[in-house]
Amino acid sequence: MSVNVKNLSVEIEGKEILHNVDIEFTEGKRTAIIGPNGAGKSTLLRVLAKLNTSYAGQILMDGEDIRDISKKKYARRLAVLPQGLSAPADVTVGALVDYGRFPYRSWHSGSRNEDDINAVDSAIRYTKLEALRDRQVMSLSGGERQRAWIAMALAQQPDYLLLDEPTTYLDIAHQLEVMDIVRQMNREHGITVIMVLHDINHALQYADEIVVIKNHGIYAHGVPNDVLTVDMIGRVFGVKADIFRNSLGASVLSPVSLI
Amino acid sequence: MSVKVYGRRAFFMLLFVALLAASALLSIMEGSVEVPASEIFGAFMGDSGLHEQIIWNIRLPRTIVAALVGVNLSLSGAILQAVMKNPLADPHIIGISSGAGLSGIFVMLLFPEYEHCVTPAAFLGAMMAAVFIYILAWKNGIRPIRIILAGVAVSAFLGAGISALMIFYSDRVHSALMWMVGGLSARSWPHVMMLWPYALAGSLMAFFGARHLNILQLGDDVAKGLGLRVEIVRIALTAVAALLAASAVSVVGLLGFVGLIVPHMTRLMIGSDYRILLPGAAIFGAAVVMFSDTISRVAFSPIELPVGILMAVFGAPFFLFLLRRQV
Repeated sequence: MSVNVKNLSVEIEGKEILHNVDIEFTEGKRTAIIGPNGAGKSTLLRVLAKLNTSYAGQILMDGEDIRDISKKKYARRLAVLPQGLSAPADVTVGALVDYGRFPYRSWHSGSRNEDDINAVDSAIRYTKLEALRDRQVMSLSGGERQRAWIAMALAQQPDYLLLDEPTTYLDIAHQLEVMDIVRQMNREHGITVIMVLHDINHALQYADEIVVIKNHGIYAHGVPNDVLTVDMIGRVFGVKADIFRNSLGASVLSPVSLI
Repeated sequence: MSVKVYGRRAFFMLLFVALLAASALLSIMEGSVEVPASEIFGAFMGDSGLHEQIIWNIRLPRTIVAALVGVNLSLSGAILQAVMKNPLADPHIIGISSGAGLSGIFVMLLFPEYEHCVTPAAFLGAMMAAVFIYILAWKNGIRPIRIILAGVAVSAFLGAGISALMIFYSDRVHSALMWMVGGLSARSWPHVMMLWPYALAGSLMAFFGARHLNILQLGDDVAKGLGLRVEIVRIALTAVAALLAASAVSVVGLLGFVGLIVPHMTRLMIGSDYRILLPGAAIFGAAVVMFSDTISRVAFSPIELPVGILMAVFGAPFFLFLLRRQV
């Protein structure tokens, strides 16, 4: 079980975004994608999620070309949370999480079966949203709202979870809360996580593997301590940085100045 | 779902049904001749009363036409608001009104002897305009914003045609003007026959589409991520909305208010879940058109006001009131 990207090239409106990308995302891991703005991180994620379907090359999920997998079947195996999420003002947490069961229902019938009810209940419990179940999603705080969207993705019972900068606009406590839930989902449910992260320290702290994208291609791919070096930060981001161990012994990156 | 939300929806649905029944009764009773309610019930039981002819041949078909027009326009607007992800989306936006307007008025002014062809001509014009806008907006799939902009441009273009016709044939312009604001006078059984298949088929398709519309409201990316075939759903439901609106507009003229405001009012009252919103808007829309038509008949009797004017005059302020209160 894995996702295999072969020779992927993407052009958007005549501009090359990704060029001949080959990469394999290993099953059961949490992989962080990092890189400068405009390098093609989100595009890679969108292609993996079948949100962007015009590309050259091939993507194999467990050996099967994702072009051959129907949208609904795909949504049962892979959940994605893109950026800029919004819902109508009166949609409650319970209703939103229930939408995660959409790929399991036939086009003509919306009735819930036991699996649906269990999946929604456990997703809400998992994200600690029981008390907020009847609240409107858009009236929640940023962190609670993000948890509600994660619960929707969890209700899809996917093998893969794709996240595009899940901690944007959150304060540090809610950032950690969201990342903790994601890690827990990975550990307890074996969900393979692929996430675009802005904050390199989150990548250091929460990822098993890091993919660095630069100039429309893969610059590096490996475990955090191998990939995240002062040299790499200088070459990819043009930033002089310091990497050291904090009082708990974890690696921390501190940007110092532009090169 | 919480008890509060559930109770609120049930309350408003019951209210809509009550309004529907009351408006229907009122619409059959009131007019230049007043028919007592007892006689209406009698007529349905098979008694032949004094006003039997009026009930069967004038009031009842007109009431049914009003109800069907209300259903079709409300559903059309509600669908388009979700499909286009734009609160201003209504049957105008996909060219229904301008297309129907130009072809209808063309027949009315240039070939007044073929007045009976106005309805099919308007229907044809509406559908052609909608298809044309779709083709113009197509570029690697459909994006709502392109449809809206193409719709604005095509509507302006066709609107120029309508204005030109009205100026060149200003001597015959009266009937065209009445039709432009929308009215139900002299609508009868043939119009019922023309409308009901669209109302029925459109309603069925709309209700099957309700869950898809709910998903579509979360945005294209999330909808695709949940396995919805966004492009196909958008095209299919726009086609349903176009048929619903074209059938209504071709029968009663360019009734603008219902398709835009009724779905919004319904949304403010019972929320944005399309499984409830669509039936709610259909029932409420039917009640609104029947009620407004009745008032337009009796308010300035013997002069009959086009229902479109009345609806805008009373509906718009009521809508603003709802908007301020955010019920």
